[in-house]
Amino acid sequence: MKAFQYLRPSKVQDAIRAVGSDPGARFIAGGTNLIDLMKRGIVSPDKLVDINHLPLKKISYQSGRLKIGALALNSEVAAHPAVLQKQPLLAQALHSGASGQLRNMATMGGNALQRTRCPYFYDTAFPCNKRKPGSGCAAVEGINRMHSIFGVEKANATQSCIAVHPSDMSVALAALDAEVIIQGQGGERRIAFTDLHRLPGNQPELDTTLERNELITGFEIPDNDFGMHAHYLKVRDRASFAFAIVSVAAALDVKEGKINAARLAMGGVAHKPWRLFEAERHLLGKPVSEALFRQAAALGMRDAVSFGQNDYKLRMAPNAVVQALLHAAAIE
Amino acid sequence: MNNERIVRGEELENEADFSEERRFFLKQSVAMAGLSFLPVPFVTAAGGGDSSPGNPEPVKVTLTVNGTRHRLAIDVRTTLLDLLREQLALTGTKKGCDFGQCGACTVHVDGQRTLACLSFAIMQQSKKVHTIESLAKNGSLHPLQQAFIKHDGFQCGYCTPGQIMSGVSCIREKKAGSAEEIQEYMSGNLCRCGAYPNIVNAIMEVKNSGSQV
Repeated sequence: MKAFQYLRPSKVQDAIRAVGSDPGARFIAGGTNLIDLMKRGIVSPDKLVDINHLPLKKISYQSGRLKIGALALNSEVAAHPAVLQKQPLLAQALHSGASGQLRNMATMGGNALQRTRCPYFYDTAFPCNKRKPGSGCAAVEGINRMHSIFGVEKANATQSCIAVHPSDMSVALAALDAEVIIQGQGGERRIAFTDLHRLPGNQPELDTTLERNELITGFEIPDNDFGMHAHYLKVRDRASFAFAIVSVAAALDVKEGKINAARLAMGGVAHKPWRLFEAERHLLGKPVSEALFRQAAALGMRDAVSFGQNDYKLRMAPNAVVQALLHAAAIE
Repeated sequence: MNNERIVRGEELENEADFSEERRFFLKQSVAMAGLSFLPVPFVTAAGGGDSSPGNPEPVKVTLTVNGTRHRLAIDVRTTLLDLLREQLALTGTKKGCDFGQCGACTVHVDGQRTLACLSFAIMQQSKKVHTIESLAKNGSLHPLQQAFIKHDGFQCGYCTPGQIMSGVSCIREKKAGSAEEIQEYMSGNLCRCGAYPNIVNAIMEVKNSGSQV
């Protein structure tokens, strides 16, 4: 590992300035992904700006919005009474991620910004457009059973990236219409969580739409009527402490037997948390039934592609959507 | 005389000899408490701009390990795990994968179970760290240590310190209500000998006994 300069600011603007003024500088929060990447030589910052002393840990509920500081720990958020009461889907997704130790270390902002776990991104002996732009993608013809089925053009795949965004939390935040609060040198801006991550296109080295001198300071989730009709389903290789092969965040607002509002997002299937907007629209106004859920899931799969070892996801993904919806509707 | 040198960790760091003599000094230092305490500065700059990557300027960190305050000068890249094992000679905490996947390095930082391998020591400024060495009191094993022996909760023993530190947290976090819950909340600790059922039984027994953990 390359040595680095270490800074420990206590003000948000000092931290942003420290990173903005140095192209080799990086923010560090929990460090559970960045230290891993530094040990493997994937990322080699000249300067680490430790943001753990910034006042961004607060979790609160005010005027119809759950507000979560970017430095709130995953374990704190998952156990917080306001989160459990207002947004139980987020607590479920957080609980399903990582391990007890990692959830105690990982922050909300860091969780959202974690890098893919594609084995070729981690192995410097292989080409990887995300790690080394223009070098190619070893996964397209390689071990790709964990990889994308959405958001990538098959013909262009070797110039792009078929890795998936690994966070469970992100899938829930995408489903719940969360907003991201971003501080830059010029001030604050807000974007929809679904606009934080990007599709790989011809710049797979960029995971998000953040500028390098911007810092996520928090997340806000507006109230909804999903209540306990929300479910996070995670399919993985072992029962716990594994990344999703496919995951689904499903939330339903059912009034008088009909679906008044629906949210569906998937993990483990794309370069970003994948909202199924068309499937959501198909559910609106209709009575709850397994047949309806199957139709919606099929609509959600219309643009799916696969790369050989992940062909199974074309069947697993819609089945997972149906299962998650059945759980959410409590008619399993 | 030597104790004073240890207390001022930066001199220790400059010792060319990293062998037995150093370990002896370190053990002496463990017995000492009440060292000077530095507040977290507004901005700590370390490893000045012109230091070469291979030989960075040491950085200073003050932290409390098992009740003893240490002020040390370290390479900025030092993980908490390497600091515990290599500089403080607390080798109970194990290095398994060194990438956050096995849990062998689990310690408590400010009371919370944490992976020491994925923590830079410099980021632990002013924190209170507890390792497996802190569990036994006055020559008596901690209840969970005793339960691991009784239930045969290990074979080779390499993952055991991490399992026990994680198990103590699991009980403190009130996530040891059933075998299933323990399995879920202990999933960050791998045991390649496969002692899992016995580990679960050990944790269950201590939780059900109501012992202070």
